[in-house]
Amino acid sequence: MMRSNFSPAEIREDFAIFAKTMRGGNRLVYLDSGATSQKPRQVLDAERNFYENSNAAVHRGAHLLAEEANAAYEGAREILAGFLNAEVNEIVFTKSATESINALAYSFGNSAPGSKFALAPGDRIVVSLLEHHANLIPWQQLAKRTGAELRWFGITPEGRIDESNIDELINDRTKIVAITHQSNVLGTIVPLSNIVAKAHKVGAVVVLDACQSAPHFAIDVKKLDIDFLAFSGHKALGPTGIGILWGRENLLNAMEPFLTGGSMIETVTMTDAKWAAAPKRFEAGVPNMAQAVGLAAAIKYLENLGMDKVAEHEAQLTAYALDKFSNLRGVEVVGPKESKDRGSVISFTMAGIHPHDVGQVLDQYGVAVRTGHHCAWPLMKELGLVGTTRASFYIYNDEADVDVLIESIERAQKYFKV
Amino acid sequence: MELDSLYQEVILDHYKNPLHKKLKSSYSAQVHHVNPSCGDEITLNVTLEGGLVKDVSWEGVGCSISQASTSVAADLMIGKTLEQALSAVESFSALMSSKGTAAGDEEILEDGVAFAGVSKFPARIKCALLGWMAFKDAALQSTGK
Repeated sequence: MMRSNFSPAEIREDFAIFAKTMRGGNRLVYLDSGATSQKPRQVLDAERNFYENSNAAVHRGAHLLAEEANAAYEGAREILAGFLNAEVNEIVFTKSATESINALAYSFGNSAPGSKFALAPGDRIVVSLLEHHANLIPWQQLAKRTGAELRWFGITPEGRIDESNIDELINDRTKIVAITHQSNVLGTIVPLSNIVAKAHKVGAVVVLDACQSAPHFAIDVKKLDIDFLAFSGHKALGPTGIGILWGRENLLNAMEPFLTGGSMIETVTMTDAKWAAAPKRFEAGVPNMAQAVGLAAAIKYLENLGMDKVAEHEAQLTAYALDKFSNLRGVEVVGPKESKDRGSVISFTMAGIHPHDVGQVLDQYGVAVRTGHHCAWPLMKELGLVGTTRASFYIYNDEADVDVLIESIERAQKYFKV
Repeated sequence: MELDSLYQEVILDHYKNPLHKKLKSSYSAQVHHVNPSCGDEITLNVTLEGGLVKDVSWEGVGCSISQASTSVAADLMIGKTLEQALSAVESFSALMSSKGTAAGDEEILEDGVAFAGVSKFPARIKCALLGWMAFKDAALQSTGK
């Protein structure tokens, strides 16, 4: 059932952590969901319920608990498939988005010469300057291992993707285009249609890092026409230790596995093994079952709110915050300054105060933000910054949270006498 | 306010007006240290002569704690014997791991005792240690140890 009104105050009641008293006796103003989200009671209950009632190793036992564990785990897969408008067999559970992307990079690297995924010197992998280290280093290292060339989209002064040289960047030798859906630093939402069309025209696959998008707005992998997608459960109200790798079924079934071991095989001899079909091919070992079940509960929670409502709420809050920021002296928003095509992440710098010191003062008022380079060191260097302070919003934040943030920023300026 | 135990006036003074923050061209060892989790970076030069720390100079970017601490360390080390200097590094490290229970020995650490409060903020300890560890590294490299 959809809720009629979107009420952060009502939502916060599902999250025990908001009852916590922070430094200085303040309430928690959690503005670090870009790093990890808080978890509602429904998610924790689902995990506990799995352990208390259905715990068994999936895909193995012949007993009742194994049956129930299977049903819970495979049921979670169906919920995730529905969330992305994907097929059930296309949803691979990993331990994190980082593992999802590494699984792709190592799988491509393990491909036999001549395979669609094999890379040779002269082949090209294209990323962007906006990438989080998790969608940069696996490709950078794959390029090093295979002799392929790593190229990247630059950014415009506003912090958007610079597509002006797309025809030169994505050429006939391009095999992989791996790009973020939304910058974790600047909030920029990357328009995909041109990039996907161009990549497919030259026969490249498109890998989407959806860590900052999937928790915040509706994603339809069929409409996006991409080939692979990764996101992490813990940024989407889910537990840690669970990530999603989505891939087109025909592609997954043509790929080499990354991790090998139990569960991912069809047949095994002492000297050889044949791989199971996807998704099992990419799920070696007993998986993180309770976490998959917890993530499914998180997705149900989000769907109950309605992803369009979530997006609308965050867009309104971001517009409200950007307006407040524009009136602050000595504070510079880094990245797009209007709420169009941008998510609910606001990075900023303050004249005369280092981000760590900003974060420290904000913490004194109960405001939790991220400071530093946000695992996007090359982007920081390009922007000529040592770091930023980043506030990121989610379903439980409201305008009162933004007001506390703004007041605390002004207090930091007073404290450091700037 | 709890923050005042972290940001002592002497720290803010060193941050605004850091000492020895200009790399000298001659040195016996130069090191570059970073805090990978936050991106703070310093380059630090040490000149040793006859068992004495003749000079320390540095350049870098970072938060008030890392910059002020490097300033304090540089100023403290100059003129000390290598043995005294390394012992001060040990004393400062011990202070940082004291979880707020130690005040630090002002005779050894001078302005360094202002950082005692940092030991109550686990995320900032590595900021305070950056310059001291860089000095230790450079000093040991100078002696070929």
